[in-house]
Amino acid sequence: MTDPTRLHAHEMAALLRAGETTSRALTEAHLAVAERQNRALHAWLVIYREDALAQADAADKRIAEARHAGAAALAGLHPMCGIPIGLKDLVSVKGGQATAGSRILEGYLAPFDSTVTARLRDAGAVIMGKTNMDEFAMGSSTEHSAFGPTANPWDMARVPGGSSGGSAAAVAAFHAPVAIGTDTGGSIRQPGSMCGVVGMKPTYGRVSRYGIVAFASSLDQIGPFGRDARDAAALLHAVSGHDPRDATSAPEPVPAELLSLAAGDDEAASYLKGRRIALPKEYFVAGIEAGVAARIREAVAAMEAAGAKVEEVSLPHTEYGLASYYIIAPAEASSNLARFDGVRFGHNDRSSGEFIEDYLRTRGTGFGAEVKRRIMLGTYALSAGYYDAYYLKAQKVRTLIKSDFDAVWAAGFDAICAPTSPMTAFPLGAKLQDPVAMYLVDACTLPINMAGLPGMSIPAGLSDGLPVGLQIIGAPWSELSMLRLARAYEGITARAPWRALEPAELHLTDDPNTPGPAERKERLGATSAPRPGGQS
Amino acid sequence: MVRSGIIPGMVTLTRADVEHVAFLARLGLTGDEMARLESQLNHILDQYAVLQSLDTEHIPPTAQVIELANILREDVVQPSLSVDEALANAPERSDTGHFVVPAILGGGEGGA
Repeated sequence: MTDPTRLHAHEMAALLRAGETTSRALTEAHLAVAERQNRALHAWLVIYREDALAQADAADKRIAEARHAGAAALAGLHPMCGIPIGLKDLVSVKGGQATAGSRILEGYLAPFDSTVTARLRDAGAVIMGKTNMDEFAMGSSTEHSAFGPTANPWDMARVPGGSSGGSAAAVAAFHAPVAIGTDTGGSIRQPGSMCGVVGMKPTYGRVSRYGIVAFASSLDQIGPFGRDARDAAALLHAVSGHDPRDATSAPEPVPAELLSLAAGDDEAASYLKGRRIALPKEYFVAGIEAGVAARIREAVAAMEAAGAKVEEVSLPHTEYGLASYYIIAPAEASSNLARFDGVRFGHNDRSSGEFIEDYLRTRGTGFGAEVKRRIMLGTYALSAGYYDAYYLKAQKVRTLIKSDFDAVWAAGFDAICAPTSPMTAFPLGAKLQDPVAMYLVDACTLPINMAGLPGMSIPAGLSDGLPVGLQIIGAPWSELSMLRLARAYEGITARAPWRALEPAELHLTDDPNTPGPAERKERLGATSAPRPGGQS
Repeated sequence: MVRSGIIPGMVTLTRADVEHVAFLARLGLTGDEMARLESQLNHILDQYAVLQSLDTEHIPPTAQVIELANILREDVVQPSLSVDEALANAPERSDTGHFVVPAILGGGEGGA
């Protein structure tokens, strides 16, 4: 058998059903790589070896029983049964940590499973551990993790994107075939783009947020990472659906066809015939790297050659997305993060013995710099006298952004294609001192959260050796069509040379002399000059 | 706080504003943090200026994007965390099953 870590989850599922491998063997192989390479990559905050192996044994037992019971029982197993998976460290797993990348939640143990966790357990997935992230999912590089940054396996001196950078890097480095992330302004799609993997933010309401540490509740969604569209679709299927414990989860049916995307490349590609794809002109201006624009235009041209009809459209309010997002998201965050008061859980400082002073100290020492910045912005935007000028204004702009997209769907388009990020992965430390530069990384993804739409990033080749992500944006609840489109693009590019490439610096993660990302960043920080606009 | 000219991009946060907002948010910040935030927040607020040019007078606000309203369920008792589970992460708990917090009224010991 080939190296099991190089298999896609759907290939693992087939082998498991055929009795040609076991979940224990697959899990052992992935644990070994993850444990060996984590010092250099730092994709994981914790790896649960013993617990993962126990889950794998339980999955093997389920598969054996199903095989004994007959073909129908075997076919009834979820494709995620026995498949190793990583969870971003803001997903509650009963009895385990959920730091959200923050000191303020260090030592906290979740007293219950999130709905996503419970659904993964029902499916039989094997939870390997928890992945690194920007603190409270606030960031675009995973450098805002209180526990140190993650490296990008394509170039170990660069960021993996963020905030779900640990999940994206783990999947790119073959530590797990699939992982769970969350996306508030691009935090699944953007690291997916920078690490060269598939990542999807579903429609707001598709996946229950129960048991997920909240950042901005009207924007947050949970979604899958995988190394191809089929694996992302199967994982989405496992975690989707209405949940009475999250009133914002929608009673929308979860399409069973998510589990039967075309296996053959030609069959998959035939989906493109006659599809209408919109190309928004506003996503190709101002600051986009030439290599990124070129790969996106090539990808769209390839779809056109395969029968898609591509037309340029305008999303005229795109330029207002960043400013309105950076009012709404911090406002919601400042409200959500008020719960961290050192009374019921988490970090606390009771050294003064005086209630307000202890409160100030607990939050002042528990939160990192970016989280404090956002709490300050949000508190300011919601404070008396400023609400109308900031928060209400931003909510009105949100209406306009949403109506831009509504017009595209009303015109009959099947999907919008755009860059996921205007840039490829940037060097560790490059944007850390300039918050506005970091915010701009998400300029092409955050309007989709504002409109509540599903969006995904799929690999579309390389620019100077670094992955470029093609973003597919769909109408509400159109995840199945988007994944079929993504699968079709995989079909037409199946023989492209870049498809065969593994992350260029993956070998370094096995070298004990390779410095970890925190150490690497320190070296970079010692030599780099402050950036324009940087203040610290 | 300076309330005149509260148009996005027109406001400049002073050090006193930063201190006031930090207290509202219950963030204990060092002097260095205050100074850094003063300039960073002003730089970020400058980015909001783009919103000024947009006429939104007759545009309704959007608070949430999916059209769900009045989500109801049967009012039935369901399993929830036990007292011990709920208190498991507490920095300090009493023998009687409560969170212990510093006194908030009148000061003094034992006020919790």
